[in-house]
Amino acid sequence: MALINVSGVSLGYEGNPIVTDLDFKVEKGDYLCIVGENGSGKSTLMKTLLGQKHVIKGKIEFSYGLHQNEIGYLPQQTEVQKDFPASVREIVLSGCINSCGLRPFYSKTQKNLAAENMKKLGIDDIAKNCYRELSGGQQQRVLLARALCATKKLLVLDEPVAGLDPIVTQNLYRLISEINREGITVIMVSHDINAAAEYASHILHISHKPLFFGTKEEYIKSDVYLSFASKGGNEE
Amino acid sequence: MNELLSYFNYPFVRYALIAGVLIALCAALLGVTLVLKRYSMIGDGLSHVAFGAMAIATVCSMAPMTVALPITIAAAIILLGINSNSKIKGDAAIAMISVGALALGYLLLNIFSASSNVSGDVCTTLFGSTSILTLSESDVWLCAALAVVVLLVFVIFYHKIFAVTFDESFASATGTKTKAYNILIAVVTAVVIVLAMNLVGALLISALIIFPALSAMRIFKSFLSVIISSAVISVLCAVSGIFVSIIYSTPVGSTIVAANIVFFILCTVIGKITKKS
Repeated sequence: MALINVSGVSLGYEGNPIVTDLDFKVEKGDYLCIVGENGSGKSTLMKTLLGQKHVIKGKIEFSYGLHQNEIGYLPQQTEVQKDFPASVREIVLSGCINSCGLRPFYSKTQKNLAAENMKKLGIDDIAKNCYRELSGGQQQRVLLARALCATKKLLVLDEPVAGLDPIVTQNLYRLISEINREGITVIMVSHDINAAAEYASHILHISHKPLFFGTKEEYIKSDVYLSFASKGGNEE
Repeated sequence: MNELLSYFNYPFVRYALIAGVLIALCAALLGVTLVLKRYSMIGDGLSHVAFGAMAIATVCSMAPMTVALPITIAAAIILLGINSNSKIKGDAAIAMISVGALALGYLLLNIFSASSNVSGDVCTTLFGSTSILTLSESDVWLCAALAVVVLLVFVIFYHKIFAVTFDESFASATGTKTKAYNILIAVVTAVVIVLAMNLVGALLISALIIFPALSAMRIFKSFLSVIISSAVISVLCAVSGIFVSIIYSTPVGSTIVAANIVFFILCTVIGKITKKS
């Protein structure tokens, strides 16, 4: 049984479908990359996987006891966060909020978990620093550490490298691969097709309809990839 | 100094100080969240709604609080809670409700008021004038009780409020009920604003909410330190404002706001200096 099973799903706003006929599975330990152009419906799909939107048609099933509050999420940065006065530690710790329930304060275990994740992502030495004074790459690491506090099973990433320079981008991709190898399933939304083809294990390419779903090896040989990669190569 | 201490013999001074400190404390705590959520104008909008509600209360000769509190809470929920998917966007909705309530309130007072000095009454409600110095014991108790509730809510939900303020989409994606917390924040905002009307009047409440938060943010860099320092700054400003206004018989509300402005400038300078060194 797959971790996430999506069958015959249509998504959209107020009954107007944006994406139709989605059929794919995510197995435990997969690294799925959802690629497609702007407006192709990949963000909508991601929001639905996160339980923030409902499907119009079809169904999405979670198994292995995966609950809504066990998904780690790395959203895109918002305007609010750019001048937010908060320390790195405070932000990483806020990833534990979903396991707090009604308890008003964090437990020892949660604090240890936050410390562990900061260490894993190499930000333990800047734990007391102010978030708004960090570089873009460091900020993404902080948010990734927070996402890891929220999950042991599934990580959902929304354009994690947007606005980062090439070296920082490579480092972040490597970090995500490492996390994936440790057993956490990763779903990444991206329009960087080349990186997807390099790091992911499975690819879902959508443009209002699913154009391709399969393993990376199959994808590289597919017509979809060849036509988009040549176009993408010129653009970027 | 002795002269200052002698003022404590008057009960109205003690009442004003207790109420002033409590209101300033609540406003400052809330202010940090509202400023960071980009809702600085909500204080202004809601205070106009509270003014409109007070006008209705005056016309119907009911106790102002009993009318103002529910109406303001309702307006706050509409503005903060449903905001995200309504057709009229944030700032426009606030502007619309606020001027609408202000106009209707003034209209009602003019048509129905029995008082001979309508503009004087309106001025009092808008700028607070001396009302803080005329608080009765029961007013102070009500103020204290509500302030304690606000403080408790804040302490109990501190981490959740932080999570929802910093990143609403992460919080809701990982299973926090962000909508419920937004409504909670809205209700608390409304309560604080209705309380603060006694202190500084309807037009100046925003100052009480945003200034301490902005001052604290000039200097401090973690959420906890910003919250604590903004509470301290707010209380200091309220106390000094009340004393100055008693000694030099200036209007209480605007004196407190003036104190806040001074602190803000001070904090900006300190922030600039510490950043350089």
